[in-house]
Amino acid sequence: MLKDITLGQFFPGDTFLHRLDPRIKLVCVVLYIVALFNANSPLTYGIMFLALAVAVILSGVPLRSLTRGLKAVYIIVLFTAVMNLFFTPGTAVGATWLGRHITAEGIRAAVAMVLRIVMLITGTFLLTYTTSPISLTDALESLLRPLKKLRFPVHELAMMMSIALRFIPTLIEETDKIISAQKARGADFESGSLLRRARALVPILVPLFISAFRRADELATAMECRCYHGGQGRTALHVLRCRAVDWAVLFLCALLPAAVITLKTLGL
Amino acid sequence: MNPILEIQQLTHTYSAGTPFQRTAVEGVDLSVMPGECVGIIGHTGSGKSTLIQHFNGLLKPTSGHVLVDGRDIWAKGSDIRAVRFRVGLVFQYPEYQLFEETVAQDIAFGPKNMGLAADEVARRVRDASAVVGLDESLLSQSPFALSGGQKRRAAIAGVMAMEPDVLVLDEPSAGLDPRGRQEMMAMLGRYRQQRGATVILVSHSMEEIAANVDRVIVMNQSKVFMDGAPREVFSHVAELEAVGLDVPQSARIAALLRDRGLAVGEDVYTVAALARRLLALKGGGGVC
Repeated sequence: MLKDITLGQFFPGDTFLHRLDPRIKLVCVVLYIVALFNANSPLTYGIMFLALAVAVILSGVPLRSLTRGLKAVYIIVLFTAVMNLFFTPGTAVGATWLGRHITAEGIRAAVAMVLRIVMLITGTFLLTYTTSPISLTDALESLLRPLKKLRFPVHELAMMMSIALRFIPTLIEETDKIISAQKARGADFESGSLLRRARALVPILVPLFISAFRRADELATAMECRCYHGGQGRTALHVLRCRAVDWAVLFLCALLPAAVITLKTLGL
Repeated sequence: MNPILEIQQLTHTYSAGTPFQRTAVEGVDLSVMPGECVGIIGHTGSGKSTLIQHFNGLLKPTSGHVLVDGRDIWAKGSDIRAVRFRVGLVFQYPEYQLFEETVAQDIAFGPKNMGLAADEVARRVRDASAVVGLDESLLSQSPFALSGGQKRRAAIAGVMAMEPDVLVLDEPSAGLDPRGRQEMMAMLGRYRQQRGATVILVSHSMEEIAANVDRVIVMNQSKVFMDGAPREVFSHVAELEAVGLDVPQSARIAALLRDRGLAVGEDVYTVAALARRLLALKGGGGVC
């Protein structure tokens, strides 16, 4: 079932990370990524791992969901590892394969890259696991607000994002339903040549597009009926407020890149 | 006679192992005889739609068995597509799955998937559109040019054209006006008569169920709550209302009259039967 795919899915909950201000979370993830990309030694990777472990524990997200989320990128991780193993120039050690050999530098680079990718994805997953799409877009709108002075359509962008996010599950459900309906009429999506399988998608795509347009139309009418007229003078139902604890988390997260970059320049 | 469709201890759980885990159908046993006309009623979320999607193998049971013609459809070597041609399923708002350039081509989608010859496909398209009352002149038009009611007929004809022996429909008359509802029931009756088919109908409308089926299955909280002839089921007014379901208005009036000592039997649950009974009482010099 399409329903079972996790695409950075939100897990409802009431943990410390869930309650954190979404703006702070967003900025913290950026700080985390900056720190992660500067990490280059066992010590710095250790610090990053520790920070991530604390966040995972605070989020209350079951480890199984995290590994399931990583499933989608196993191939990329594997590919990166193999490429680094064989294509990093340096002293050869061990096996030769198709004229290339594993190098000591290659092993180092492979381990570092794999760690980096896995930790990057886990970190960003934590954000979407603990933050609902709505608060995420609210946070983005709030953070981008200064750009309004430059006539950048911040509110419109945020509205478009929330609508898009809002309709992903709806359209997935719709697709599921259409697939089932066509299967009930004997449609076969699993066998035949590539061309046949592509042609088999027509009975799904046509109704799906039509229903997407219909929904867009209905949504526009509904918004107009409620006098929606863009972001001018619009206030929020849930006003985002930073508490002391949010600032404290931000401060701790800002320490991460600071520490990593300092250690890096010290050559540790 | 052997049942054409049998459900044994069926349980279906969605998203098992995640925080969104939800059991939609639990321990359901059912058997349907050839030619029966069965109505399934129940709340939104009572598991009706999940249940009927097991009838033709669109959903795989989490546990339990689905037997068509006495054979387990999930047994090894079973052809699930053949099951879908034998048990036709019409989804809710089927008009949203139309996709072809002409109505005729859309109706032909199912029969073509069965691998039938072109003239047989054409015959079935003609027959099915006659059953649903679609005019021949509409067949060459785009399905998107039809009116809402015509679209629904075309979509149902698309399933009927596969000539399934069991026709399952999820709220076929949702969103239709009273006349459209009547015509819908009439066309299901025609299909049933012509093919001697079994019809299974999911509906919210008690009146519709009362007037058209010869067996009612009531679903409540993922389980079968009641299963029996309409007169039997609709005589349990209090139990049905306790789980938040209506009984047909005529059955309720009959029950109230019965409580006041009038000789209105439990077999009175349709408007026509109630009117007949009341007239008989009056003519016979009854209380009213």
